[in-house]
Amino acid sequence: MMTTEPHHAAGPTTDAAVRLDGVRKSFGRVEAVRGIDLTLRPGEVVAFLGPNGAGKTTTIDMILGLSRPTSGTVTTFGMTPRAAIARGLVAAVMQTGGLLKDLTVRETVAYTALLFADTKPVDEVLDSAGITDIADRKVGKCSGGEQQRLRFAMALLSDPALLLLDEPTTGMDVEGRRSFWSSIRADASQGRTVLFATHYLEEADQYADRIVLVAGGRVVADGSGAEIRGLASGRTVRARLASPDTTAHIEAIRSLGGVDGVDVRGEQLYVHTKDSDAVARYLLTRTDARDLEIESKGLEEAFLSLTGDPHHDEQHLSEGDRR
Amino acid sequence: MSTATTIDPTTRRVPALGGFSAGVLGIELKRMLRNRRTIFFALVFPTALFFVFGSGGGGEEKAGPNANVSAYVLVSMALYGGALIAASGGAMVATERALGWSRQLRLTPLRPVAYIVIKALVALVMAALAVAIVNVVGALQGKAEMPLSTWIECGVLTLICTMTFAALGVFIGYLVPGENVMQILGPGLALLAFLGGLFIPLSEYADVVRQIAYWTPMYGVAEVARAPLTHELPWYAVVNAVGWLAVFIGGAAWRMSKDTARV
Repeated sequence: MMTTEPHHAAGPTTDAAVRLDGVRKSFGRVEAVRGIDLTLRPGEVVAFLGPNGAGKTTTIDMILGLSRPTSGTVTTFGMTPRAAIARGLVAAVMQTGGLLKDLTVRETVAYTALLFADTKPVDEVLDSAGITDIADRKVGKCSGGEQQRLRFAMALLSDPALLLLDEPTTGMDVEGRRSFWSSIRADASQGRTVLFATHYLEEADQYADRIVLVAGGRVVADGSGAEIRGLASGRTVRARLASPDTTAHIEAIRSLGGVDGVDVRGEQLYVHTKDSDAVARYLLTRTDARDLEIESKGLEEAFLSLTGDPHHDEQHLSEGDRR
Repeated sequence: MSTATTIDPTTRRVPALGGFSAGVLGIELKRMLRNRRTIFFALVFPTALFFVFGSGGGGEEKAGPNANVSAYVLVSMALYGGALIAASGGAMVATERALGWSRQLRLTPLRPVAYIVIKALVALVMAALAVAIVNVVGALQGKAEMPLSTWIECGVLTLICTMTFAALGVFIGYLVPGENVMQILGPGLALLAFLGGLFIPLSEYADVVRQIAYWTPMYGVAEVARAPLTHELPWYAVVNAVGWLAVFIGGAAWRMSKDTARV
């Protein structure tokens, strides 16, 4: 498994905004989350990146206390998720639903404000979300973008220390996306932790301090955007190798710096590496390798290989069956 | 990136009463009163029915020791209106769940118990309003006659009886997802009201229909609500009223507990 060290060293439990210890979640016989350990520190902007069905939403639901892990523990600011939500420390913005159409925008925010012990003034929140001019409009008459801004206003009312966002910029235009992220960054500099789920590598790379890559219910990589890109930007060195001491050579190649994996298919040798020069030099000078080729992996392809996209695997299987 | 946290988790407070407040109750009541369909069917329609059924010929005849037929019809219509509005209040629980609002509320300090208390109070207040309006209009019209104490006793019993239909509303709301539960509850409650003898006395029905009517949910509560007036309360009417209340609460609780799907 290609897991780099977290960008920031994990602090003590009480210091962590979020702490997951050996968290697993099953629905009947389906295991959606298969053992996640994760610590988020205050002020971090973290992308939760992975394909659909990777376990992102299930994990976010557990951090929000909407569901309980089958095993393992989830704490937010050293307390249970429910206790943190009751104190207005944790808020979330979901993509759809969650609004009453027959309330006005202002009533919706006022209603939400009444449920907390302390909140920012309703008018101030309406203003900073840019929905003061539609405050008296019925929610059912608001556009999708206006409803999304209303959801943000509701989430920011309690001045949360942790904000969870599910695919936050879906449907936003370029300008909306830019202003959205600049306000998120400004809040993070005040100490707010932000965890956003996305399946766009580019968005994660551009806006997160740290990317947690999940696939198949596990964390497959955790690091800065540059580190994840490093994992993703490797190359494949391919050569024909038929010498009697192949096994020894493979061991030697494996120990070279930057080598992520070695596949042998008959006489064909595939080496996945970040340092293709070193592998090529070894093969050409120390072995009788022939027909050597170097292919660079695309970002998306690397992402798929890291996350082990299930459709990818199925395709391979069916091809194998046909042979 | 700043490492200094300006948000100090230890200073945060939990709201009193699990998030329950008069302000939230106020917004919820405003929502109900803004719904024109609810207002018409629960407040205007029963009053109109009272004028149709309770003001015609024979309204002055005795329906109890100290009360006339007009008063008898008045109590029936108040029960019908109260039941209708309580049911629509109950159905809102399921509607809000379908809209994802219940899930949104779970991201706030509001505790589930506080939510149920708010919804029950909204149903109770609205039902009280419906019962009161029919009674006040009836009193102003002047045909209904019964002692003030009987009048009050009937009103309070009617209000208690409407809670059966709040539970029915929750139950049906979960069985029929969507925002148009009232399109089923409206005609359904009208049918039950006919069978329960709210619009036409059971004695007018054919024997077969009457035997069926004794088993339907409006019959028992109607007898209970009118008991201070008629001074009659068959034991099977009490069994009917308590039985259906248990069935609807049980049904609502069963659907709510079954409902674990993510919305």
